[in-house]
Amino acid sequence: MTNEPAITPDLIAKHGITPDEYERIKSILGREPNFTELGIFSVMWSEHCSYKNSKPELRKFPTDGPGVLVKAGEENAGVIDIGDGWAIAFKMESHNHPSAIEPFQGAATGVGGIIRDIFTMGARPVFSLNSLRFGEICGDSAGVKTNRRLFAGVVAGIAHYGNCIGIPTIGGEIYFDESYEGNPLVNVFCLGVLRHEQIARGAAKGIGNPVFYVGAETGRDGLAGAAFASRELTEESKQDRPAVQVGDPFKEKLLLEACLELLETGCVAGIQDMGAAGLTCSTCETASRGGTGVEIDLAKVPKRETSMTPYEIMLSESQERMLIIVKKGHEQTVRDIFEKWDLPYAEVGVVKDDGMMRVLDGGKVAAEIPASKLADDAPIYVRDAKPKSPAKPLQDWPEADSHSALLQLLLHPTIASKNWVYRQYDHMVRAGTCVLPGSDAAVFLVREANKILAATSDCNALYCALDPREGAKIAVAEAARNLACSGAVPLAVTDNLNFGNPHKPENFWQLRECVEGLAEGCRVFNTPVTGGNVSLYNENPGGAIDPTPTVGMVGLIENEKQITTQFFKDAGDAIILLGGFGSEMGATQYLKIVHGKKEGTPPRIDFDRERALHDSLRSLIRSGLVKSAHDCSEGGLAVALAECCISREKPIGAEIDFGATDLRLDQLLFNESQSRIVISVSKTNAAAAVALCEWRGIPARRIGTVGGRELQLRANGTSLLWPVDDLHRAWYSAIRNCMTE
Amino acid sequence: MKAAVIRFPGSNCDQDCFIALSEVLGVETHYVWHKETSLDAFDLIVLPGGFSYGDYLRCGAIARFSPVMQSVVDAAKQGKAVLGICNGFQILCEAHLLPGTLVRNQSLHFICEHRRLRVENIDTPWTCATWTGTLLNIPIAHGEGCYVADDATLLELNAHRQILLRYTDENGAATAAANPNGSAQNIAGICNRARNVFGLMPHPERACDPRLGSTDGKVIFESILATLGARKAA
Repeated sequence: MTNEPAITPDLIAKHGITPDEYERIKSILGREPNFTELGIFSVMWSEHCSYKNSKPELRKFPTDGPGVLVKAGEENAGVIDIGDGWAIAFKMESHNHPSAIEPFQGAATGVGGIIRDIFTMGARPVFSLNSLRFGEICGDSAGVKTNRRLFAGVVAGIAHYGNCIGIPTIGGEIYFDESYEGNPLVNVFCLGVLRHEQIARGAAKGIGNPVFYVGAETGRDGLAGAAFASRELTEESKQDRPAVQVGDPFKEKLLLEACLELLETGCVAGIQDMGAAGLTCSTCETASRGGTGVEIDLAKVPKRETSMTPYEIMLSESQERMLIIVKKGHEQTVRDIFEKWDLPYAEVGVVKDDGMMRVLDGGKVAAEIPASKLADDAPIYVRDAKPKSPAKPLQDWPEADSHSALLQLLLHPTIASKNWVYRQYDHMVRAGTCVLPGSDAAVFLVREANKILAATSDCNALYCALDPREGAKIAVAEAARNLACSGAVPLAVTDNLNFGNPHKPENFWQLRECVEGLAEGCRVFNTPVTGGNVSLYNENPGGAIDPTPTVGMVGLIENEKQITTQFFKDAGDAIILLGGFGSEMGATQYLKIVHGKKEGTPPRIDFDRERALHDSLRSLIRSGLVKSAHDCSEGGLAVALAECCISREKPIGAEIDFGATDLRLDQLLFNESQSRIVISVSKTNAAAAVALCEWRGIPARRIGTVGGRELQLRANGTSLLWPVDDLHRAWYSAIRNCMTE
Repeated sequence: MKAAVIRFPGSNCDQDCFIALSEVLGVETHYVWHKETSLDAFDLIVLPGGFSYGDYLRCGAIARFSPVMQSVVDAAKQGKAVLGICNGFQILCEAHLLPGTLVRNQSLHFICEHRRLRVENIDTPWTCATWTGTLLNIPIAHGEGCYVADDATLLELNAHRQILLRYTDENGAATAAANPNGSAQNIAGICNRARNVFGLMPHPERACDPRLGSTDGKVIFESILATLGARKAA
């Protein structure tokens, strides 16, 4: 090739390829790679595409179960049966690095990418969630201002893409903590529905079948984004801004509709989106899955810029593109549909029987690599793991005034209402949102299947920082608990593992501990992992982020009568606490927010007890007794009770009497012991509900009554009182106030 | 009685409108692709919400020039019932079937939430199945829903009682605090002089199913269907 740089050790290193990996490349090719091939290997063997640092760990996840139709890793997303011939495809993916550099487009293209993963499976995307983490946003230091800019940009980017394409963003979670300063986490989740027979495969089947390129033209945007995402962010990362792609949700809407219409005709042999590593990844993966070869000619690829080199075309991560392998003889159907939707398309290649990914440029060979070796034979590393010294158990802590402490917790953006965010998302399009954002889980009616789904994403990274294994177990337990509180039975899990540089043994140890914790939790709740994403190298100049293994869990609600929300309903209803008062103070938000301490041993999780709790709650819900259910998580019992009062349109008060306990007041109110749920039932059903739980071995205690305009808590002879309108105002406008400071 | 839901390539509330009309209200409903040119078969034409052509320029600005729009204009002139919801309202304004225009929300943010709307005039085909002063709980979801018009137009709209819905608080007061987007006079929906063309920013099709929290949107569809003789007034 002309004008291509010579392959030097320096150039190889710049591509993130180690000398050993280079030797491996040479032995696969039986020769030296050219420049284009080097680029191709570098993106395919990046962590983002190959999971080379995490694969042995990921194998620990349970991935099978009676409802699993497509397993994790087989395709772009796993597929789970939901009955009556219907299925769901869902997945979570990160766009952390792009969002750190260019928050709006970084987040927007993250949404675009995950949506493509879902409709690639033949599913119609029906809703999205997102799990976001930023540095602190209250105050006026330069760092805080940057965090606010990142937060505002990410939210606007998600809104821009999701609103335009018409897929409702109905829930998720947002945390603010200093460890994410400069390296925010943007994990986006999408779920789609399909009939069993509609499952589409990303395999290049059928020798001689034509290969079509459809969607947006290829440009120089997002060059080698996958490789960029597999490095640490540094001061110089801003220069990587060209590695961030630019999204066009309107084009993706056209692409979505055109692809689903085409899949419906039955003339598609295989389909694959061009996400990370673009054309490179889609060609070699489809060939590898199909056990075939794919030959494409870059001269035929629609381009938006002139004189692009093969290297640039193959590594571009321009958005809104798909590769479709069409059954021979049906080419005209493809042309008709893509012309109807005014989308670019081109027949760019053909399926071959030689197992090669062959890239031509106007007839000349620009790259030629055995497809399966490229896609599946990336080196696998088992990194050194070194345990971090365990967090010291909490001995003692200062006692703050509990009255102002509750207010302080409700004002912290991590706990405060997220309405500033979800008001910007169209969370009602597709007319299926049964529970608006702000309850324990999002609940969505899928009309075409007549099924009610509940979904949540959870991870308390502070727990994971102080005890990764226990923290990960709790992430699964909390997700399952949130689903139980909404009336759902959990079905399956997708995960997004966000960690620091795996070359640092302590980071790798955190990854391993978290994976094992998640795997254990998923087995307990019979929720196979259907896929997900690994994002490593999440560091800023101050060090690694708190380990954040985000759990996205989906469940099914049997019928609409069982949909349950977290807020109190009617004055006079009895308030019952399931699971006892608890006592564990380590790693609590109270310690962090009120006392500025991220320390102590996180609460322990007893899975048997947790499962029994969920079963009891669901049986109460099925009996029609439960009017509201809310779990105790960040901020403990006091925050849970306050949220029950204020997370509805018009706040309502409650009178709570804990009696005499042997806990200090702040410990009673703010401990974060697990496996606890606050429910409300009508007065006449209170005794029955308590008896039912106790019969199942779950401690249940009537602690108060709904009603009035105040939240009143009495314990140990003291009484605390807050007007609920004041609590509501503080909690509801806290984030808006930070953002308009 | 047949209803058409126009499908622009970036429409995304088309399905919601289709379901509200066909499943909830039992009307024979068809999708009409934006490249079609005839609407002769239909009695009610709905322009649904969405981002018709991406709307990167100005909402509805390109949709106005799509092939189907000439038929919509002709149908409106013939007196057929034309309903524009959200992006559909923006398109009707761009096509000059309704006066005024919709600009960026004053807050500059997209806003999605349930809102109270006060029915201002029941002497129209779109509101005849309800009472003046009724408060409806219907969601909004838009980034460019701030209704603006010059003073003369606003005077006209008031004089001819063309303002059908206003944003209010829970007590029915059209206060500044109850105005989500900065619309002139808290305007949420207007009709033309002839009353056969109605545009509104809120989404009545999202408030037709009790499982979604409100069925207040049904009354708009029930009114027009009653007017068209397809249904008895409630």
